[in-house]
Amino acid sequence: MKDYRSEFPLLTSEGFRKSTGMEHDWIYIDNAATSQRPQAVLDAEEEFYKKHNANPLRGNYPLSIEATQMYEDARRAVRDFIGAKSVREIIFTRNTTESINLVAYSYGLSHVKAGDEILVSIMEHHSNLLPWQMVARTTGAVLRFMECRQDGSLDLDEVREQITEKTRIVAITQVSNVLGRVNPIREIAAMAHEKNAVVVVDGAQSTPHMAVNVQELGADFFAFSGHKIFAPMGIGVLYGRKELLKVMPPFLTGGEMIESVSREGAKYAELPHKFEAGTVNAAGAVGLHAAINYVQKIGFAAMQEQELKVTKRALDGLRELPHVHVLGSDLPEEHTGILTFVIDEVHPHDVSEILIADGICVRAGHHCAQPLLQHLGIGSATRASFMFYNTEEEADFFVKSIASVRERMGYGK
Amino acid sequence: MENRSFYNEILTEHNVRPEFKHDLPDADIVLEGVNPSCGDDIFLKLKVEDDTIVDGAFVGDGCAISQASADIMLGMVIGRKKEDALQLGRTFMKMIKGEASEEEIDSLEEASALRDIAHMPARVKCAVLGWRTLKEALSGEDAEDDEDEF
Repeated sequence: MKDYRSEFPLLTSEGFRKSTGMEHDWIYIDNAATSQRPQAVLDAEEEFYKKHNANPLRGNYPLSIEATQMYEDARRAVRDFIGAKSVREIIFTRNTTESINLVAYSYGLSHVKAGDEILVSIMEHHSNLLPWQMVARTTGAVLRFMECRQDGSLDLDEVREQITEKTRIVAITQVSNVLGRVNPIREIAAMAHEKNAVVVVDGAQSTPHMAVNVQELGADFFAFSGHKIFAPMGIGVLYGRKELLKVMPPFLTGGEMIESVSREGAKYAELPHKFEAGTVNAAGAVGLHAAINYVQKIGFAAMQEQELKVTKRALDGLRELPHVHVLGSDLPEEHTGILTFVIDEVHPHDVSEILIADGICVRAGHHCAQPLLQHLGIGSATRASFMFYNTEEEADFFVKSIASVRERMGYGK
Repeated sequence: MENRSFYNEILTEHNVRPEFKHDLPDADIVLEGVNPSCGDDIFLKLKVEDDTIVDGAFVGDGCAISQASADIMLGMVIGRKKEDALQLGRTFMKMIKGEASEEEIDSLEEASALRDIAHMPARVKCAVLGWRTLKEALSGEDAEDDEDEF
């Protein structure tokens, strides 16, 4: 494999190198929480502030026009990256959570009525669950769940029956942040559209790992975060079908989202600016543009090949260990680089503490998906999540450390 | 693999083979303590006679740090006056904040096995769960009203 690690300053920084007593450099396998950033992204963001900084969409002096152009270039890059029809369908937000809240508050509260139904999957991150709980509570609609099997798969026959004339919204993640499982969005979207329901897709975990085309998926709304795909924190995207966005009321109101304002009211700006109130995160958008370029330069095929290799190595190793239980599928290709597991009798926070002592960064807890863990019959779990810059050697160190956990916690081998 | 982690034998022993993790049917004080970050959830059970803790136990689930710390605490406070137990708790908090003297840490006996928590801010709430619950149980004060968490 080409040495991509050298392109990520943090991974090669002094502070991340092994210190005395450590067998290896620090191993970062918490990529599902946030990715690391390549130099190209950091440069792009810095360059914006150093050479092009002005408030975009406002001034008519050259600097502001430049800033506006860079911001709108980023929007075009996102449009192409996810296969949207128009730049008017690309709204910049802070992150996936804000994107979904925008849909819930604006579309949800104006289109869902008492007695309607909202269908979500049991494996949603809280960010694609709590906004719908809010809509259901506020409107008197009913929230229903698509349950998954123990391996994380959905029963499409069951889903077909759950989507009815009453269903207004089907909200589902493309990839589970706990199981790494890819959901059959296209099939579910087709069922939803037959009943005139709109489909909201959480793309936070999919966009970093696979090519997405929102039109082919049949997503009416699609949300993702920049920071999980090598861009800066604080920039996110909401895609929405233009027909839907047009009739939606603004989410936030104030500056930059208007055409004209009088004492009594306002005429809102055209899409997408209607949904981008206040000064935007232009540098973040420019960073996201650089991140998209970076991903396209390497290509998802090469990234997936490496991610699968590392995931398989780790999964094979974990499955050798009798007290370790990996959630979800037995097949590494159905994990999107995410391995969530429990170890008999050892609390996940103690597991992660042992891993920290061995120089390995993972995530322990409920992964903002408490209903899924309850459904699978556990309280919390430890998650390792790999990116293409991780190596098989790192997977081996990880497995070795996990193999030692029970003994080090006083349970014998 | 060399064990450089924080989990020493005292901790793992109290977690794996706790002495006081059992029901206490004749307890006269029962109080739940919850640490949402790890999902630690214990019920502290105390039997108090004339200002003295004559018996105690706990039940519940949680990470090794929370469970071991609660077990160690009960071993130390059973047989003590309420006020002495609260004083121990204050010393324990000082240790966790990295403010205790060596002499004070020695006075914490086995609980001093948790002294390195001072360098692990993410796990402080696990270590103090038992002691915080004890304070609430004995003094009736809500821990949240307290500025320094104990």
